[in-house]
Parts: sequence; C-alpha cells; structure tokens
Amino acid sequence: MEITMENPKKKGVVLDSIVDTSLKKTPKIETKNIKVWYEEFNAIKGISMSIKPNTVTAFIGPSGCGKSTFLRLFNRMNDYVDGFSLEGKIKINGQNIYKKNVNVEELRKEVGMVFQKPNPFPKSIFDNVAYGLKIQGIKDKQLINDRVISSLKQVGLWEEVKDDLKKSGLALSGGQQQRLCIARTLAVEPSIILMDEPTSALDPISTAKIEELIFQLKQKYTIVIVTHNMQQASRISDYTAFFYLGELIEFNKTKNIFTNPEKKQTENYITGRFG
Amino acid sequence: MNNIQKNRWKDQVFKFWGIFCTVIGLVLLTIFIGDILIDGIRRIDWDFITDLPSRKAENSGIYTALMGSIWILALTTIIAFPVGVAAGIYLEEYAKNNKLAGLLEINISNLAGVPSIIYGLLGLEVFVRIMNLGASVLAGSLTLSLLILPIVIVSTREAIKAVPQSIKDASFALGASKWQTIWHQILPASGGGILTGVILALSRAVGETAPLIVVGALAYVPFVPQSPMDEFSVMPIQIFNWISRPQAGFIENAAAAIIILLGITFIMNGIAVYFRNKWQKKWK
Ligand SMILES: Nc1ncnc2c1ncn2[C@@H]1O[C@H](COP(=O)(O)OP(=O)(O)OP(=O)(O)O)[C@@H](O)[C@H]1O
Ligand SMILES: [Mg+2]
Repeated sequence: MEITMENPKKKGVVLDSIVDTSLKKTPKIETKNIKVWYEEFNAIKGISMSIKPNTVTAFIGPSGCGKSTFLRLFNRMNDYVDGFSLEGKIKINGQNIYKKNVNVEELRKEVGMVFQKPNPFPKSIFDNVAYGLKIQGIKDKQLINDRVISSLKQVGLWEEVKDDLKKSGLALSGGQQQRLCIARTLAVEPSIILMDEPTSALDPISTAKIEELIFQLKQKYTIVIVTHNMQQASRISDYTAFFYLGELIEFNKTKNIFTNPEKKQTENYITGRFG
Repeated sequence: MNNIQKNRWKDQVFKFWGIFCTVIGLVLLTIFIGDILIDGIRRIDWDFITDLPSRKAENSGIYTALMGSIWILALTTIIAFPVGVAAGIYLEEYAKNNKLAGLLEINISNLAGVPSIIYGLLGLEVFVRIMNLGASVLAGSLTLSLLILPIVIVSTREAIKAVPQSIKDASFALGASKWQTIWHQILPASGGGILTGVILALSRAVGETAPLIVVGALAYVPFVPQSPMDEFSVMPIQIFNWISRPQAGFIENAAAAIIILLGITFIMNGIAVYFRNKWQKKWK
C-alpha cells in the first residue's frame, strides 16, 4: 500500500529528497565532525559516522557518554534544550538537517522516535496511533482507519486490542504501551526510527517481542537503537557504535565488535570490565 | 527516650495540633453560618429574589443586585478567561527563559497580593475617567478582571506545568508543531486545572466589594442593567447597604442576601471541584 502523504499545510522548505519516494528507499545518516555543547560542557567531541539504510545500528557505552545526545540530533529533539549548541554537519538523505530553512516538523515525520519510558498520550488506543496523521491535517477517515490497523498489526498489538480501540492507551501493560508507541511512530511512515533504550523499562517477554519487531522492521526502516544490554546489541544489530566520554571509540559490524574489537576500551566495556 | 520514640511523639503532637486547628475553623464557620441562617432563612422566598429594592424592608428584594452580580460575573469571565489563559500559556510555553518573562513572573506574583481597593483606584482612573466608561458594568468588570488575572495566570501555569514532558516530547517527535502540541495535548491534559482556577478566581470576584464601590457602583439602583454601559449594583454592596441601616427588617434582609451570596459561591466552588475530579479520572 503506497499512500503519498503531502501535508497541505506544510510551510517552509521541505527536505525535498525526503519526500521524494525514490530516495525514500535509501535513506542514510551521515555526520561530519559533530560537536555538541550544553553551555560550557562539551558532550560530543567530534564524531563522524555514516549509517547505512535498512540496517539496525546499536549505540552502546557507559552512562553519560553522550549516546542519547547524539541520537537526538537526528530528529533535532535537542533544539529545545537550554544551552544546547552544535558544530558540524548532519546529513539525512544527503540534506543538511540543521540548515536554516529546514522544516523541523517535516524532518520528524521522516525520522521517528521511540522513548525509554513508554509514553502513550492520555487518549484512546485509536487516537494514539492516529495522532500523527491528524496533525498533518489528514481528514480521510478510511485512510486513517487503515493506517491505524496496519500499524497495530505491524507491532503485533492488533489481536490484543482490536476489540477495545476506544480504551485509554494508559490502560495497557508496559510492554503493550511501548508497542503502541512504536505503532504510533510507524503510522506516519518514517524511514528512520530512533529508539532510546526502548526496552529498559520492560519485562523479558515484552523485551523479546520488541526485539523480534525490530528485526522485522529492518526490512522497511533504518533503525538506530541505544541500549545498555550487550546481549540485545549483539542479537539485533548489524552495526555497533561504542561511545566513551563524548567520543566514538569504535564503529564496525556488530560481529566484529563483539568477537574481535580493535580497541582495548571496547573490549573492556563489552566484557563488563568497566562501565 | 530514643530517637524513634521522640519522632513518634512529635508526630502525635503535630497531629493533635492539626486536628485542633481544623476543628476551630469548622466550629467558627458553623456558628457563623448557623447565625446567618437563623437570622435570614425565613426571609428568603421568590418575592425576595424578584423584588426591586425599596425604602420599606419588607418590600425590598435583591433582584437588581443579583442581576448586577450576574452581569459582572459574565463580563468578567469573557474578559479574564481568554486573556489570563493566553498569558499563562505564553509565559509557560513560549517565554520560559527570557528575561522579560522573569520580570513579568515576579510582577504577576506581586499583583496577586495587592489589596483589592488599589485595583479599584486603578479602575476608577483608567476605565471610568480616562476611557470614559463611567460607573458602568463594563468598567466594573474590567476592574475585577484585572483583580483576578494574576490568579487565572498563575493557576493556568500550574496546570500546564503538571503535564509531563514525556507527552510533549512524544507529540513533537511525531512532527507536531508547538501550537499543535499545546492545542491537542497540553490544553486537554490541563483543562481541568485551568477551569478550576478560573472558577475559583470568579468566585472571589463575585464577593468583591471595595473595588466596585471605588469604581462607583451604586448602593441603590431601582433598575436592572440592560447593557454593559449601564450603572449597576452587586450583591455585596447591597448587603453592606442593608447592614448599615438601623431597622431590624433590613438586618434580616442582609442575612438573607448573605445566604444567597454564600449559596452562589458554594455552587461555583462545587462546580470547580466537580471539574477537577472529572478531569483527574479521565487523565490518570
Ligand atoms: N539537558 C542537558 N543539559 C546539560 N547537560 C546535559 C543535558 N543532557 C545531557 N547532558 C550531559 O551530557 C552528557 C551526555 O548525556 P547523554 O544523556 O547523552 O548520555 P547517555 O550516554 O545517553 O547516558 P545514559 O546511558 O545514562 O542514558 C552527560 O554528561 C550529561 O550530564
Ligand atoms: Mg541516554
């Protein structure tokens, strides 16, 4: 099902290639010498990396090393943080997303995000998933309906909730809530999904379901996931990036990182000797 | 006595002190309401509500004052509600960290503590004289709006602050603009709190006397206002007027009017509590 999602109300310059469906299949993220400050504090100290389309990339590293900060650059969620400043270039689909005339709302439809703590809206299950479409000004009930159903099916929640779509999203279990949040993100059809420790608040069974889901989503999406769980990183990711004190220490195929790391620090971290 | 015992003892003392204070407050309130009820309840009937004021106590009614209060309440709501809520949203969501907002914040908190008669003087100068509105319902409503604006703004901000950041993050991450996030997430989630604040502020306005006297509200009006530019009286002023008469009949009238005024404030506060509970349930 291919539905074009032109927002009639969009303003400013759109990331042309992002809306362009031919390029939509090959999105990738490229950063060049990125530095981030919070006031005087240098949180990211010059990171360059490039992320391939339709892969899962895991960000690992000890607490406070800058994984979340770096991840949130890709959908510009740091923009509202007091004292935040950035140097360097980030390109998504070849377009610099921090250029002046970029429409941040359009960017975020292309780059979805799932948070650490499940955060459904205090609305019905249906309205949670439909929200992203409604704010785009989409009125077509049939389209919204279809998209809600297909999103819920993709995350494997449909069978569990199909009889009470009117129930509050907050009435679901933690694991169901997190899958609802993923469905909500899928409904706007992004091509990149950012996940910041999406399973750290969940039980093992819910975690397994979400890992399975990530594995399937890889077919259609490019996924970047922050995790503290080494097994998780090695199970689900194709590439792994190890961060330490604001620097990218090592970035390679997950297999290589976990079996044959080049740097001593990486080896110490993944074997649990520090961090 | 060891530490745990000491703490427990302190706990007990504090508990009894709390109960004592609560009881004192309740007893005084009950005595006051009981006294008023005994004095005034027999006087309340339909005639009392629909009669115009008169020189004879037994023919007097509160109709014009009641209508004046309703006019004032309605206009004050129309003015203070949108302005106060908009200002609260602006300060909380748009101007959070600029210097001007800091200055405004301090001033608004201070304004909430300014004696109401000062607002009356301001209203007299600005609305009655400079804007030439006269001692009208509109001038009175504008004055009361100024008086309750700080309360409306502060309670709007408190209600908005209670909306978790995670909800706003989720909305932004789905591509919502700031305004869409305010409209679709923040306002629905904080609506109960905002409404509660507004209603409580209005129930304060309905009892205000001093600023309206300064603005020039009349103690005796034989007619009901027909437009915002008409002169008016309000319940508290009518009560004040009756209480200062020597005849026992008027004292009885005053007690009856107090019962009705109290009834109005209780009902308004009841509505506020209702909204708060309803919203809490919905958004939990
Ligand atoms: N809003 C902020 N203001 C100031 N400093 C911040 C802010 N957010 C993060 N930092 C600092 O930037 C550094 C990186 O933080 P970040 O949240 O990116 O780490 P992280 O790797 O995601 O850690 P964790 O694994 O605990 O989530 C930390 O030292 C943190 O204290
Ligand atoms: Mg983090």
